[in-house]
Amino acid sequence: MIRAGTGPTRKGTDLETRKKAVEIRQVSKMFGTFQALETVSFDIYDNEFFTLLGPSGCGKTTLLRMIAGFEEPSTGQIVLHGNDIQALPPHKRRVNTVFQSYALFPHMTLEQNIAYALENLGWPKEMIRARVAEMLDLVHMSKFARRKPQQLSGGQRQRIALARALAPEPEVLLLDEPLSALDLKLRQAMREELRALQRQTGLTFVFVTHDQEEALDMSDRICVLGDGRIQQLGTPREVYEDPSNRFVAHFIGETNFFDVDVLSVEGDMARVRTPLGLDLTASQKHVAADQSRATLSLRPEKIGLEEQATGEILTGTVTSTNYLGGYTYYVIRVGEADIRVSRRNAMSHVPSLAEGATVRLGFLPESARVLGQ
Amino acid sequence: MRDFRFWGLLPAHVLMALTLIVPILIIVAVSFSTRGAYGGFEFTFTTDAYRQILFNEGWTGELEFNPQYLYIIGRTVLLACCTTFLCMALAFPIAYWITLQGHKARVILLFAVTLPFWVSMIVRVYAWLIILGNDGVIEKGLRLTGLVDDLPSLLFNNGAMLAGMVYSYIPLMILPVFASIEKLDPALIEASHDLHGSRWVTLRRIILPLCWPGLVAGAILVFVPCLGAVLEPVLLGGGKILMMGNLIQMQFGGARNWPFGASIAIVLMCLVMVFLLLNGLRATRKAMEEMA
Repeated sequence: MIRAGTGPTRKGTDLETRKKAVEIRQVSKMFGTFQALETVSFDIYDNEFFTLLGPSGCGKTTLLRMIAGFEEPSTGQIVLHGNDIQALPPHKRRVNTVFQSYALFPHMTLEQNIAYALENLGWPKEMIRARVAEMLDLVHMSKFARRKPQQLSGGQRQRIALARALAPEPEVLLLDEPLSALDLKLRQAMREELRALQRQTGLTFVFVTHDQEEALDMSDRICVLGDGRIQQLGTPREVYEDPSNRFVAHFIGETNFFDVDVLSVEGDMARVRTPLGLDLTASQKHVAADQSRATLSLRPEKIGLEEQATGEILTGTVTSTNYLGGYTYYVIRVGEADIRVSRRNAMSHVPSLAEGATVRLGFLPESARVLGQ
Repeated sequence: MRDFRFWGLLPAHVLMALTLIVPILIIVAVSFSTRGAYGGFEFTFTTDAYRQILFNEGWTGELEFNPQYLYIIGRTVLLACCTTFLCMALAFPIAYWITLQGHKARVILLFAVTLPFWVSMIVRVYAWLIILGNDGVIEKGLRLTGLVDDLPSLLFNNGAMLAGMVYSYIPLMILPVFASIEKLDPALIEASHDLHGSRWVTLRRIILPLCWPGLVAGAILVFVPCLGAVLEPVLLGGGKILMMGNLIQMQFGGARNWPFGASIAIVLMCLVMVFLLLNGLRATRKAMEEMA
């Protein structure tokens, strides 16, 4: 079986031994002549909070809709707990979706919304009543059982959409950008609630988002999609600390890029020459054997300023200062390059560096990453 | 500002009064008058016209119950109900299909739905005579296939009348139903499938309830003119089967009994108002439930 990305096949993970919830086998999708998704294969494991992350148009929603059954893959199969579900229509698949717009039925009360799936599955009345009460309790909405969706706030609708999708005990819960319609504060609160709910129910969540912070915060593993391809698959730490390529490094978090020549590769380290003529030994995980050119990524928070400057020391001029409360972002001109640096405002009384000032900056070469192609 | 509102709306008020309220008042007045010797009416107050709907006057002036006109009223209501129901059943799939088309096709199809209104009603109903009549399109077509040789007449029966009625009024159903289906959020249909609802369950529990307001609006638009239909019963029903519309027309025409015609017209109007009132009550009750 072909695997893209790095997650499940990497050494030191115990994922192999876990039960597979969803297997995406060589799946691709064409819309007319447009290739929405190139052939991808990966597995989603039981009890996992799995995130499909990518910019709009990257194919993440298409993938989710194919698992739900709203789109048919052009090639390949989708397997749910060992069963090929390709031939099943959406209503016969034991997966449920939390829709981006929530899609609550406006003519039904919240109770009726939650009971809907159970009625369709032919549950006995008593069990439906008990399950609806349980679900309303789970999302702290019992008081509102008889209300209609229009009478709720965004966050409350979100909770009901969750309860409705969880009620029929799906094998996998699909979430299509469920937080995107909420305002910032609520979004952060809902993140925690979602994560807690996932732990509490032990259910497999497949979460689609374009928000990298959300993905890092909640996921067990993230599948980064771009241009209809899997760019990287790994834990939040892996995709942030060891991005496989420029796309991932750029999409997740802030970073500085330098085009470098690869001099030699030895294990997890690579010797590279920067445009400034500096020879460095930086970390690498994704450089190909025959790669002569590469991108060096250096995160802004890995660079120290003035007295915090250690390792490779450079000198530059501050060209812009952005005070953001917890952090101050600087752009520092070193030779021809603009380097972005963030410094934690640990001490209240330390003033920001003035624009135009000449500063020392330093970084440890091993915290810089040489990226693959 | 107030002045402008008064003077600005005055033409509308005058028009309403002259074309709507005054004529109705005249009809009411006529219905309570005595029949003139040579048609027309003489205004001497009497309720004879209304009594005539229910009772016959015997030779000796005693009243005997005569259900003949009640039958006509009942038949009219029944025909209107059947037409409305058939229109609903046919218009829903048609409207649904139109919503599934591309933007351009949709505009053209909606235009096609309204196209019959550009042609006179009489011409359109006559067209059905040609379709259904002896040596008409259907009969000739069937004979050409050689399968059927001896056909009973397709015209001048309840079926022909119903076909004509449905044909005449179905655009009034398609348009509001289309509007309500178009407003339907496709995500709701997906959500229904996602929550294990089959196509049938989705139609019955999600699509139809959410399109109900459109169906009700269409039903009123169809039902009301059906009650007063004149042309279809005469031309397609052969005039043998009297409807309220024909009855009224006869009283003002051949029978020269204006007060009686007027009284039936008032009954017809009251019937319409009762149905509108029932619908209004239903709507308010629903709105109250939403509020609670």
